[in-house]
Amino acid sequence: MTSTETDSTPSSKPSLPIVENFSRRAAVKAGFATLGAGAFVAAISPLRQAAKNTSAAEFMQTHYTELSTEQKADVIARLEAETKEKYGADVTIGDDRPIPGTKFVYAINLSVCNGNGKCVEACHKENNHDRDTNQSYIRVIEMPKGTMDMEQGSTTYTGVVPKDDKFYLPVQCQQCDEPPCVDVCPVKATWKEEDGIVVVDYNWCIGCRYCEAACPYHARRFNWKKPEVPAAEVNPDQSYLSNRIRPVGVVEKCTYCLHRTRRGKLPACLEACPTGARVFGNILDKDSNIRWILENKRVYILKEELGTKPAFFYYFD
Amino acid sequence: MSSIPAKESHVTSYPKFIGRSLWLATEGSFAFYAWMTMLTMLFLVGANAWANQVAGGMIGTNMTDQVSWGLYIANFTFMVGLAAGGVMMVIPAYLYHDRKMHDVVIIGELLAIAAIVMCLLFVVADLGRPDRFWHMLPGIGKFNWPISMLTWDVIVLNGYLVLNLHICGYLLYMRFLGRKPNPTWYIPFVMLSIVWAISIHTVTAFLYCGLGGRPFWNTALLTPRFLASAFVSGPAFIIVAMVLIKRLTGIGGLDHPIATLTRIIRVTILINLLMVASELFTEFYTGGSHVSAAKYLFFGLHGKTALVPWTWTAIGLNITAALLFLWPGLLGFRWRPLLVAACCMAFVGAWIEKGMGLIVPGFIPSTLHEVVEYVPSQLEWKVTVGIWAFGLMVFTIAIKTALPTLKRPAEH
Ligand code: SF4
Ligand code: SF4
Repeated sequence: MTSTETDSTPSSKPSLPIVENFSRRAAVKAGFATLGAGAFVAAISPLRQAAKNTSAAEFMQTHYTELSTEQKADVIARLEAETKEKYGADVTIGDDRPIPGTKFVYAINLSVCNGNGKCVEACHKENNHDRDTNQSYIRVIEMPKGTMDMEQGSTTYTGVVPKDDKFYLPVQCQQCDEPPCVDVCPVKATWKEEDGIVVVDYNWCIGCRYCEAACPYHARRFNWKKPEVPAAEVNPDQSYLSNRIRPVGVVEKCTYCLHRTRRGKLPACLEACPTGARVFGNILDKDSNIRWILENKRVYILKEELGTKPAFFYYFD
Repeated sequence: MSSIPAKESHVTSYPKFIGRSLWLATEGSFAFYAWMTMLTMLFLVGANAWANQVAGGMIGTNMTDQVSWGLYIANFTFMVGLAAGGVMMVIPAYLYHDRKMHDVVIIGELLAIAAIVMCLLFVVADLGRPDRFWHMLPGIGKFNWPISMLTWDVIVLNGYLVLNLHICGYLLYMRFLGRKPNPTWYIPFVMLSIVWAISIHTVTAFLYCGLGGRPFWNTALLTPRFLASAFVSGPAFIIVAMVLIKRLTGIGGLDHPIATLTRIIRVTILINLLMVASELFTEFYTGGSHVSAAKYLFFGLHGKTALVPWTWTAIGLNITAALLFLWPGLLGFRWRPLLVAACCMAFVGAWIEKGMGLIVPGFIPSTLHEVVEYVPSQLEWKVTVGIWAFGLMVFTIAIKTALPTLKRPAEH
C-alpha cells in the first residue's frame, strides 16, 4: 500500500516494502507500546520519592551570585524551615560575605602537631557532617621522619601518638590561588571569593564530581547519601556557603569556617587543637602573627610543582 | 498512507518519512521481536535501578570520595571511542573515494548516533543531582566555557549527535523520496564529521589528562592512545554488525567493507599496543611515585589487587586479537567466525583498557596516597546493562530504518 512516487529520478521503484494487514499490526504495536510505557512508568516510580525531597522553589532557584537580596532572604527562610522540618533543629543561616581587605591564610607547625586528631573531630561537629560516615574535611597523615613523600604515609594510623620516628601532616582544603577544582566545574557551582576562600553553592552543584577528581589534596567530599545529624547535635550557627546541612548528591568542602572567621572568630579546628600547632589570620594585616611566621620561618607548601598556589602553609621550628 | 506528491513541503513529508521509517523498523520476524523484548526488559531493569539510585542517593554505588568516578564514567569514555570509531568507515569512503564503502558508510554513522545517546545517558546516570541537569544548558544555566573541559565535551558530543542525525536523516530521506541526494547538503557535513569525530575523543581525553593532580592520566600520550583504541573498537563493532546483517538479511556488498575495516584494525591495533608499551616503559623504567597507579593496575599495591585480573584479561585479549588480525587468512570468507571472535576480543579488550583500566587506576592511589579499592556494585551493573540495552535498541531500529537503502545501493 505504500509506494513513493518520485519527481526527479527516472527509477521510481518503491523505496520501502509494502506492509500487509495494516490495521491489525497497528493494534498489536499500539498494545506493545502501551505495555512498554506502563512498565517504564512503573520502573521509574522510585523517582516520585526523590521528587518529594525537592520543592519547586528549590528546583527553580538560580545561582547564588544571581540572587537579589530579597530572593536570598526567601531562600534562607526556606532552608531554615526545611532544616526544622527534616532535622527538627532550629538554626539560623547567615549570608556571611568577605570582609574587604582580608585574605585568609592558614599555617601548621609540623614540629608541634602530634597527630591527636582533635581538629578532625571538631571539624566533623562544627560543619554538621553526617554522623554515620564520620566525615570530616581534615585528614591527618602519619609520615616517617625524613621524607615528604606521602606515599610512605598512612591516614589510618592507630596507637599512641606521637610515635618517635613519625611526624604528622594534617591536610585539608588549601584554598588554592589557582584552584583546579574551580576551573573544571562545568556549571560554575564553585568559585573563589575575595578573601581567598573557595566555596560551593550546594543548591547549584549538579554532583558531577569533576572537582573531586581535579583536587590534588583530596579536599572535596561528596554527599553519597542524605546527611544524618541528631537534632541535639546540629550546630545552629550556619551560613549559606559553609556549614548548613548539605543536600544529598552535591559536593562540599572546607571553607575555613567562614561562618566563624568572617564574624571575627577562629576556625573550629584551630580552637580544638591542644598543641597550638595551628595559626590562622589575615595575610594582608602587617602586624598579624601569621604574617610574622610566613616571613621568619622555613615554610613549605604541598605539591608545589602543580602550580595550585595554596593559601595553606606548613613550617618547622 | 498515500504517496508523497512532488510539491508537498518537507515540513509535512519529513515527519511522514520518520513515522514511516519507525513503522517499518518495528516490523520484523519473531526473532526480531524476541530480541527487542529482551532489550526492553534489560532497559527497564536499568531504569528501575537508576530511579532507586536517585531516590536513595549514590550510596547505592560503590564509589567513594577516593574513587569518585567508576563504571559509569568508564563506559562513557569507551562509548565516546565507539562513536568516534565509526568515522573509520567515513574516511575510506569519502577521503579515498572507496565506492563500495559509500554504500554502507551509513552503518558507521548510525552507530555513532546510538553511541552518543549512550554517552549522554551514562553522564546523566553519574550525576548526583540529575534534576539540576538544566544548569548545564547554555542560556538558562551557567556554562563554564571555555575553561571547563566538561562544557567542551557537552558541546562536541551534542554537536556530533546533531551532525550525524543530519547526515543520516538527509540521506535516508532522499532515498525515501526517491531523489538523488544533493552533495552540497551532505558532503560538507561528512567532511566536518571526520574532524569532529577526532575532536570528541580528543576533548574527552583532555578531560582526564588536564588534571595535574592525577599522574596516571597526566600524560600527553593519552589522547593518541584514546584515538588508537577507538579506531580498534569502532570498526570491530561494525564488522560484527555487518556480518550479522549479512546473515540475517542477505544484503550483499558487505564483504568488501568488512575486508577494508579488517585491514584498518590490523594497523590500529598494533599502534595501540605500541603506545601502551611505551607508556609502561616510561612508568616502570623511571619509577618514583608516578608508577604507583600502574603498579596497582598490573601487580597490585600494598596487597590490594582488585584490578589485576581485569588488566591481564585485557592484555591477553588485545594481544591474541592483534595476532589474529595479523594473519592474512582472516580476510577470507571461510574464516568469518574467527574474524568475529577476533573483533569481540579486541572490543572487550578496549572496553577494559579504557574503562576499568584507565578511569579507576587514575584514583588509586588517591591524591593523599590512600589505596581505596573499587568494585562496581550490583546497582551500577544494572544501570550499565540498561543503558547498553537501550543503545542496542536505538542501533537496531536505526539499522532497520536504513535497510531499504542498504538493499538498494545508493547512487551517490
Ligand atoms: S585544595 Fe582542592 S578543593 Fe581546595 S582549593 Fe585547592 S583544588 Fe580546590
Ligand atoms: S561536583 Fe558540583 S562543584 Fe564539583 S565540578 Fe561538579 S557541579 Fe561543580
